[in-house]
This record gives sequence, structure tokens and C-alpha cells, in this order.
Amino acid sequence: MLKTEELTLNMGPVHPSTHGVYRCVLTLNGEYIQNAVNHIGYLHRGLEKLAESRTYNQFIPYTDRLDYCSGLANEMAYVLAVEKLMGIENEIPERAQYLRVICAELQRLASHGICVGSFALDIAGSTGFFYSFRDRDRALELINMIGGNRLTPNFMRIGGVAHDLDEYFLNELNQFCDDLPACFDEYEGLLAGNEILQTRSKGVSVVSKEMALDYGFTGPNARASGIDTDLRRDEPYGIYDRFDFKVPVLQNGDTYDRFVIRVMEMRESVKIIQQAIKDMPEGPVMAKVPKVIKPPVGEVYHRIENAKGHLGFHIVSDGSTKPYRTRIYSPTFVMLSAFPEMAKGTHIMDAVLILASIDIVLGEVDR
Amino acid sequence: MKFFIDLANSMRAGIEGMGASATTAEIILTAITTLAVVIFILLHVVVLLLAERRLSAMFQLRLGPNRLGPLGIGQVIADVVKTLGKEDIIPAGADKFVFKLASTTLFATALLAWAVIPFGNGMIIQDLNIGIFYFIAIGSTATISVVMGGWASNNKYALIGGMRGVAQMISYEIPMVFSLLGVVMLTGSMKMSDIVAAQENMWFIIPQFIAFFIYYVAATAEINRAPFDLPEGEQELVAGYFIEYSGIRWALFMMAEYANMVAVSAIAVTMFLGGWNAPFGLTFIPGIVWFLIKLYLMLFTFFWVRWTFPRLRVDHLMHFGWKFMIPVSLANIVVTGIGIYVYRMITG
Amino acid sequence: MDKIVNREALVGELNQKFGQCAEIFEDNTNQSIKVKPDKIVEVMKELRDNPNYEFNLIMNLSAVEYPENFTVVYHLNSLTYLHKVTVKVELDKGNPQMPSISSVWKAADCMEREEYDLMGIVFTGHPNLKRILLADDFVGHPLRKDFKLQA
Repeated sequence: MLKTEELTLNMGPVHPSTHGVYRCVLTLNGEYIQNAVNHIGYLHRGLEKLAESRTYNQFIPYTDRLDYCSGLANEMAYVLAVEKLMGIENEIPERAQYLRVICAELQRLASHGICVGSFALDIAGSTGFFYSFRDRDRALELINMIGGNRLTPNFMRIGGVAHDLDEYFLNELNQFCDDLPACFDEYEGLLAGNEILQTRSKGVSVVSKEMALDYGFTGPNARASGIDTDLRRDEPYGIYDRFDFKVPVLQNGDTYDRFVIRVMEMRESVKIIQQAIKDMPEGPVMAKVPKVIKPPVGEVYHRIENAKGHLGFHIVSDGSTKPYRTRIYSPTFVMLSAFPEMAKGTHIMDAVLILASIDIVLGEVDR
Repeated sequence: MKFFIDLANSMRAGIEGMGASATTAEIILTAITTLAVVIFILLHVVVLLLAERRLSAMFQLRLGPNRLGPLGIGQVIADVVKTLGKEDIIPAGADKFVFKLASTTLFATALLAWAVIPFGNGMIIQDLNIGIFYFIAIGSTATISVVMGGWASNNKYALIGGMRGVAQMISYEIPMVFSLLGVVMLTGSMKMSDIVAAQENMWFIIPQFIAFFIYYVAATAEINRAPFDLPEGEQELVAGYFIEYSGIRWALFMMAEYANMVAVSAIAVTMFLGGWNAPFGLTFIPGIVWFLIKLYLMLFTFFWVRWTFPRLRVDHLMHFGWKFMIPVSLANIVVTGIGIYVYRMITG
Repeated sequence: MDKIVNREALVGELNQKFGQCAEIFEDNTNQSIKVKPDKIVEVMKELRDNPNYEFNLIMNLSAVEYPENFTVVYHLNSLTYLHKVTVKVELDKGNPQMPSISSVWKAADCMEREEYDLMGIVFTGHPNLKRILLADDFVGHPLRKDFKLQA
């Protein structure tokens, strides 16, 4: 008998397909994964500690750096949490509410664009990557118009938004939304309809409903596993109860479903933006909030349906201008902890694909 | 059309006129033609690199390299200068001799295959009577270079890439050989010039279209092009068996890939697309031009496939190779044999 | 907008099952209950499995250092009934130690590791209680108030 032993392969932190500085130690039997161990923290900046020495308004730009693919939505989560803590969530002007929804959905399009594109890239279909990034780039240009930055716009404020958006932006956004459905058809034709992609991703790394709940899956990944949950519908924050949209739910929970559900969600986001543009009233965009924000003593936990799952802020206030404790619940940090179990028994080529289908962003994982 | 052959004949006459024997003249002439073919290949490699970058840019809504010279042609020179100027890094734990040997042997096998490729009527370095057999034999030695590069790098990614390369190239060698066998059966000869001459009236792609399909897929796998670029496995193995190579040694790997791609395209043109034969009686265009047109058409399809399809998984690749390609190629041989038998019975 | 569970009934049911272990915790959110640390695993299992409550998703696990104690805060959510509850566990300042609930939700595994890493709360029975975000040789727990910040 030949003596055989398992091969330990160190994937990352410098690797083209770990989506940042994530490191994973794989134990391989041939090319099949016996065991995987996560190593994270290479991008840890101590945002929770930083929050304790910043005022409430000063922390808004930091939230952009959490999940740097969906800055506006992170800001919205934080701002809504602080407003809830201050008890002013009903005083936000109408126009600001609509602008927030537009921003959050635009950001969702950009974030899902990354997921679709990097999934295509990780399966070596780099043409799909460029198709999706073409559209994401248009979304980023629109975000650039909103806040002057493509990734870190710093647009939301406690009590509203920083400034009003003009007619030119809304026209461009409208045009973008009109063009998008044709682009989604392209993704579905080039990627989702491709037989190689289907054979490689269907039935791979199936996450059952029970496992998804056990590991705290939220957002698109949970919906791909058959969990019918969407905070925009179930606990509508802001003015999400006014929009008509569907929540796509798929049942298989495999890599393919986790990929396809994102394209389906992008279609719904486009619908929400179009409704918001149509219904948006004129008016102020900022409520009357004090210059120095001093929430009452107490705590709040508020979460929103971010592009990657529930993004929650647990803020404890001691009545001063700075939060006593800020805890950031990041969805991908929790979902990444399921990666070893999801990858077990799969091929090393699939591990890359599974990682792409979880859609991790290391800025949010490591905070 | 006769320009190259006339040139060769006049050169031979000149050398013999200087008092050399016929054998010496033959040796010198072979050396000159070999040099010409090597230059042809190297030029093609650099131009193809540019062509692929420009074409893939078109597929992907990009611009590609367009700054140096018209249409970015200067990029070719810049690429060559850059790769030549890079530091040649050999990892400390590498098996230095094998490491250096691997890139050289891979490129050498890529060049050797060109000895039997007919560019036109009479334009072939050595018209061996076992021409296609020679091509297959040389092509299969590339496997050794791949595993040498993977093993000598002392890198786990390279090792996995090298092992994948061996498994894949051995598996796809068989259907490739079987697919070419149909053509050899129809011709009754393994000599390249005979095979091309036999296609004067009908290209073999028509009776042997299944064999052509199998040859195309197997050849794509054989030269590690996408969607069968598993040994490189850019996404999970970073660059596979040549992950540790840099500078000119890395360039040799790249050049070998492109030289191989041109070689298998040339074989496809020779075996299935009528070689230098002109279609529709358009014989006023020289044979070499027809050969090049067909060659570029084949190369374009290789680019097209590469930038459209995602990569297969290893087990799917093996299943496809052993459970589909080999049975179909075997069936093709049987059907071809029956067809020839029936044809002979009818025609007497 | 938040649908809060009937806390009186919940606490009554828990106390009946596991003996005096839970009480209503009054704060501004009006959705908190306080649980004794040694009963946390049973309580969490009950909250997850009880068909009347079905708190099947752990929304958040955080720890707060108050001047008088460490408080570990669990935010639970039921996807069936869409109601929420906040479970708070108060720990001794000198020896912040409590049982791990990673056997109830695997999602708690990484979050407990994070709280151990940053806040220094020891979760006994945790399968792999190591630092997760900071380096293994890091000294101290940065989210504690006595941690010296270096500029």
C-alpha cells in the first residue's frame, strides 16, 4: 500500500478569489475538501471601538467603510437606529424618506452587481463579469452624483439626508432603470442559462432551511434556502410599506439558487426605484434635529434588509454626545462561519464558487 | 504561388553551385526553412497575444491595449521587451534543474510539432510518411513538461495544477487520436501531403464532421485553453503549474500555449478543412493564403469559445472525456469503416 | 412597528419550567427579559423550540460593559410570528463567565468568539474559544472601558 496523507492548502489572504483578505486553510483529499478553517480579521479596524470616541454624526462616514459595496444602505441602517433611539423616526420629511429608499435600492443594485459579476469571474466566465460591472458602474456613477463619491457617499444624516437631489439625477436614474431589465436578460442568457455554469453550481453545497436558520442566514442567501423573509415586507422600516414588490424565494438552497436569486432581486429593486421616483413629493429633506445629538439614556437594536442580509446596529446611549457602545451585526460575518460546513466534501473549484455565492465583503466581516 | 518553392530551388542550386554536395545543400536548406517556420511561429505568438487581447476586449465591452501605435500594434514590442526585462525568480525550495528545463521543453515540443505542417503544396519542412503520427507523439510529450513545471516549483498550487494537467491531457489524447484516425482511414495514408491532396474535391469535415467536433474539443483540452484550462485554474489555483515562473520562463509557457494553439489549428485545417486547397475553385488565390485564412478562422473560434464559456470542473471534464468523447470517437471509427466498406462494394 | 412578545406570559412559562430563572427587565425598549447565566442554554433551547414562540433566528449577540456589570444581550426574532425579544444576562464584573449557546445556534459560535476576543467574556463549553478578529498574541480586550487607546 502506498502511504497517503492529506494536503493542507493555505488559501489566502492573498488569493484572487477570496474577495479580499480572507484566509482559509483547506485540508484536501485529492482535490476534495475534507476540512476548512476560517481565518479572518486581516481587515479589522476596530469600528466598534472607534464609534465610542465619535459623536453620532461623526460615525456616519465610518459606516460606509463597513460593507464598502453598499455604503448608502449601511448609512441608512445606522441613521435609522439612531433616529429610533432618539424617538424621531416619525418626523423624517417625506421627500427624505423617498430619497433614502432610492439610495438604498440603488445601492442594492450595485452590491448585487458585484455578486453576480464576481460569481461569473470565479467560474472563469470573465465576460459575464464585465457585463455586470458595466451596469454596476452606471449605478456607481449615479451614487457619485448623490454624494460625490462612488463607494463612500456619506449622504444620509440623522433626521434626513444631506441635500436634495435634482431633476437631472432623477432623469438619469429613470433612464438607468429603463435600461436595466434588458441587462438582466443578458445576465440570464450568458450566465444563468449557460449549461457549464448550471452543471457546476446546481446541487452544489446545498444549505437546507434548518441549516440556514441555525447559521443565522439572512437576506438573499436565506431566501435561496426557502426561508420567506424580507424585512422590507415583514417589518417595513422607513416607507417600505408603500411599495409594491415581490420577494423572490427559491427552494433548493444550492449555489445556483443563491446566484439566480440576486438577479431576481435586482429586478424588484428596479421596480421599487421606479415607484419611488413617481410618487416622490416635493418638500424639505431634513427634519429639525438639534445640532448636537444627545439621545436619551437607553438602547436600541435596529436592522435593515441590506443587500447581503440583515445589517443591525445595537447602540447603547448614556445620554452623552457619544454612544456608550455600538455593536454592528454584520450578516456576512455570521454567514461566513458556515463556509467550512458548506465547503466540506466539495471540490476545491466549488469552494471558490461557494465563497462567491455567499457574497462576502471583508470590510463588513472584519469591521 | 510558386514563389517560396522557386526561392528554395534557386537557393539549393546556388549552394550546390558553390561546390557543396547535395546532402549539405539539403541540410542547409532545412535549417533555413526551420528558421523561417520558427520566425513565423514567434511572430504569430506575439501577434496572437495582441489579437486575443483586442478581440476579448471587444467581447467584453472594453477597449483593450490601444495606446501604443496604430490599433495598439506597438503593444507587441512592449510586451516582448517587458517580459525579457523581468527578473527571473527561481523559488528557494525549487528543483532548479527541472524548474529550468520544464519551460524549455514545453516550448520545444510546441515548436517540434511544426515540422510536419504543410503551409502549401510542397511547403513542408519534412513530409514524413507518418506525419500525423509524429504530430500526436510530439504533442503528448508536452504532458511531461507540465508535470515537471508543477512538481519542480515546490508549490502546492503548482502541484495540483500539474496533476490536473496530466490527468486531462492523457484523457483527451485518446479521443483526439481516434478522431484523426477516421481521416487516416479515408485517405489510407498518414502523410500530410497525401491527406491534403485527398481533400481536393471534398473536405473531410463533411464526411467526418463528428470527428471534427471531437478533435476540436479534445484539442482545446489538449492545449489547456478555456473552458478546459483547469491546470491553470486561474480562480482557485491562481496560475496552476506555472505559478512560480516569471520573466522569460513565464513567457515561454505563454508562447508554448499560443504556438500549440496555432499548431492544433493548423492540423485541423490540414486534416478537416482541406489544407491549402481552395474552396469553390477560387484557385487564383495562392494556397498559402487559403491555408492562413482557414488557420485564422480556427484561431478565432478558439478565442470566441474562451471568452464565452466558464470553466468546467475536473470531474465533469473526466466524465465528458471518458464517457462521451471516447465512445463517440470509437463509434465514428466503426461507422467510417462500414462506410468505406459499403463504398467499395458499390464502386467495386 | 416592532412586534413584541407578551413578556409576562413568556417569563411565567420559563419560570415554571426551569424554576426562578427569568424576570422582566425594564428598559426603554420594553422588550427585554433578564435570565440567570447558568440557565441560559435551557432557556434558549426553550425559546427556539417552544411552538408558541419559535424564536428561530438569532438576530444579534452583543455584550455591553456597564459600570456595575457586563451584560450579554441576545436579540431573538421569530420568522414565524415576526415577534422579537431581547434576552439579557448580567455577569459579574470580576469574572465574566457564562455558558455558551453555540449548541443552540451555530451562528452564536462566531459571535461568542468575537465577544470573547473584544470584550473578554468567557463562554464555557464553547468548542473553539479563540480570538477571531485580533491576532492570537494580542493582549487585552479592546472594547472594555479600561482598555488604553494608543494614539
